Amino acid sequence: MSVIYLLITVSIFVAVLFLIAFIRAVKTGQYDDDYTPSVRMLFDDEVQPRTKTITKKEEQKPI
Amino acid sequence: MDTNKCFHCGNDVVKKDEIVFDEKKFCCNGCKTVYEIFSQNDMACYYDFQAAPGATPLDIKGKYDFLDNVEIVNKLLEFQEQEMSIVSLYIPHIHCSSCIWILENLQKLSTGIITSQVNFGEKKVRISYHPEKTNLKKIVELLCSIGYEPYISLENYGKSQQSIDRSLIYKIGVAFFCFGNIMLLSFPEYFEVDEFWINKYKVFLRWLVFALSLPSFFYSASGYYVAAWKSIKAGLLNIEIPIALGIIVMFVRSTIDIIFDYGQGFFDSMTGLVFFMLLGKLFQQKTYSFLSFERDYKSYFPIAVTKIDKSGEEIPVQVYDIEKGDRLLIRNQELIPVDGILISEKASLDYSFVTGEAVPIEKKSGDKVYAGGKQLGKIIEMEVLFSVSQSYLTQLWSNDVFQKKVEQKHKNITDKISHYFTPALLTLAIISFMYWIFIDTNTAFNVFTAILIVACPCALALTAPFTMGNVLRIMGNRKLYLKNATVIEQLAKVDIIVFDKTGTITTNKKTAITYEGTELNTDEIKLLKNVLRGSNHPLSRRLYDYLPNQEKIETSSFEEVIGKGIFATINNQIFKIGSSQYLQHMSENTHKKTKVHIEINGVYKGSYVFNNQYREGLEKLFEKLSQKYNLVVLSGDNDGERKILSKMLPEKTVLEFNQKPEQKLAFIKNLQDKGKNVMMVGDGLNDAGALAQSNVGIAISENVNVFSPACDGIMDASQFSKFSFFMNFSKNAMKTIYMSFAISLLYNVVGLSFAVSGKLEPIVAAIIMPLSTITIVSFVTLASNLFAKES
Repeated sequence: MSVIYLLITVSIFVAVLFLIAFIRAVKTGQYDDDYTPSVRMLFDDEVQPRTKTITKKEEQKPI
Repeated sequence: MDTNKCFHCGNDVVKKDEIVFDEKKFCCNGCKTVYEIFSQNDMACYYDFQAAPGATPLDIKGKYDFLDNVEIVNKLLEFQEQEMSIVSLYIPHIHCSSCIWILENLQKLSTGIITSQVNFGEKKVRISYHPEKTNLKKIVELLCSIGYEPYISLENYGKSQQSIDRSLIYKIGVAFFCFGNIMLLSFPEYFEVDEFWINKYKVFLRWLVFALSLPSFFYSASGYYVAAWKSIKAGLLNIEIPIALGIIVMFVRSTIDIIFDYGQGFFDSMTGLVFFMLLGKLFQQKTYSFLSFERDYKSYFPIAVTKIDKSGEEIPVQVYDIEKGDRLLIRNQELIPVDGILISEKASLDYSFVTGEAVPIEKKSGDKVYAGGKQLGKIIEMEVLFSVSQSYLTQLWSNDVFQKKVEQKHKNITDKISHYFTPALLTLAIISFMYWIFIDTNTAFNVFTAILIVACPCALALTAPFTMGNVLRIMGNRKLYLKNATVIEQLAKVDIIVFDKTGTITTNKKTAITYEGTELNTDEIKLLKNVLRGSNHPLSRRLYDYLPNQEKIETSSFEEVIGKGIFATINNQIFKIGSSQYLQHMSENTHKKTKVHIEINGVYKGSYVFNNQYREGLEKLFEKLSQKYNLVVLSGDNDGERKILSKMLPEKTVLEFNQKPEQKLAFIKNLQDKGKNVMMVGDGLNDAGALAQSNVGIAISENVNVFSPACDGIMDASQFSKFSFFMNFSKNAMKTIYMSFAISLLYNVVGLSFAVSGKLEPIVAAIIMPLSTITIVSFVTLASNLFAKES
């Protein structure tokens, strides 16, 4: 069997995989809201309690 | 950050009410409380994403009692089970990244909440929670307490969940997959070289291409077959017929070609055509998800109100269940859902939803109150006269205009062209077939199919979607939001424009204020401004803004009688400011104009008169428009402004006053019966009938996020003076379409000359088709952008 059959079959197979991935992405609603995720990804996962200005002043003290 | 602004909501901090907490300034207790909640829960980074993102929480005591009613809650929930319930709430305040952050971290504030997700475009938050640990009422109250009050209206009640139609996206995905792969696989054969390896793999490649074209042919293009079949049945010759015919002929002929080894077929062109046309469809489908063009009274009305039953108990009752004779309790900021009689001594009703007029109307005990008014001030009691559907305002919706499914009322421009194009094409195909059949049967079939393939009006069908889609975007950037592309065509056809008066050509924002009576000296004005600072009444705020800046003096006593006026002592002078009844001063025409009366130390001084101010650039706009259009001003008010208007506006302008909502509708209908294309420009619910009846209904809105009635387009009030630009632009858009029709026909002629002579090679089709598409798309985009710049 010539290698070209193999190559074309593989390339089509990969393309089909991408098509399926695309359809699944649309189906789960990933394209319904195209703005919020772009903001959401910038948030930190865990919220750190904010260091108060007082601690900053302490750091400035000469050692 | 500006030190005089509230850390939470960004409003000016009034010195008197200033609260300092945690080294930050707040304008009121509400804002401080929200900050406290956030900082206690380690969520103060809410303020890091955006400065002063919050809203002051409003008093909601008792407002959401109806959420205790299981039946009502069930109708609001999206999903419900023992372990989890899901609800989607519309929150108008969502406006920045801080909002997204806080609303997606709700589970930190209430343990019952599992997750919450914001859809920024639709301003919605979807919350899932444990029904055993918390309930909807608690969640809504939590949201209110942090300044994110959801908007729950009658519209939400019992609305079935609509599934989102994503089929167009699927079709495009599939079409692109087929198109891309087929292009790649048919490429080797384009050069028609007689090489050994091509000959060896030809059959394999062709059948692979055939297989790949099947999903595109049967699935992606299916919409065109359905549309074509429908139009044949309806006896119309629209653009879908040649498209569907072209696609089918292409497929059948290509299949025959590869079976009998005549050539490689036109699968590449066919799939490309399907892909580009679907893309055009998508491009035209620009929607503004945060706007709604289909609103009726239901979006304004509450789901439930408080009813007092015979034993004097207060129970929430669903609005549709209200009966004649019921006694209702309307709280501050609540909407009156039905017509009735006022029982309480006094009410101050804001009918801005209905009329666009912002100044509240006073009602006395025994007066009839109409549905749609919002109570400002104390709790009132009323007795019901009519149920919801029989009330004066809601009756408007029983008119036929609202029952009709708004299908395409008019033939669109592409269909008009194809009305000539389709028969011409079929005639040409048949004539060529007849000519060739006497010479060579094989060529005759070749020519016949080639004509249908080449003439498949891809470019023609793409012209309108791409132009309209682009124009829609340009207009959207300039704050005129149209419902869909067909509105542009309608805009270009308008020959008479009808304007509503209050709220449309007048503005509520900047009211010109004049003073009548004994002149006030500078000292008195200074004190007056300081007295007004403490009041939140809209008229006092406006007067406060109008008066020149003064040094700040504290009032020694201050009392505000809701709906009446202010009584205050400052620098040992007694000020009494308010309505004529409050001051017991009756002048001749008090009821005709909005006035604030002033009394100092028991002596009546005079009054500030609030004139309706017309929008900036109104005179110029009307002058410009009157050259091309007939203009009408249709007002629900009395004709007190007739003189001023007839002086300001061009002579030909028709002025009609005292028009009730049904009369406005009838007026439009009457014009249409005379064969006119009417455009209605309005704002309030009282224009809803006229907006629906007109060919194009545009709602003017001071804030596009606030509700406007059902219409074809929503325009930001700041753009009002540029109204004529939009009218011209829509006409130019149509011009662009005609020009590119000419270009696409040119391509068709070139392609046909190949086809008629029987020399159409797959490669020629594969070149002409994308080339014409690209030319058309770039031409219309450039042309419409150019027209947008010109004006």
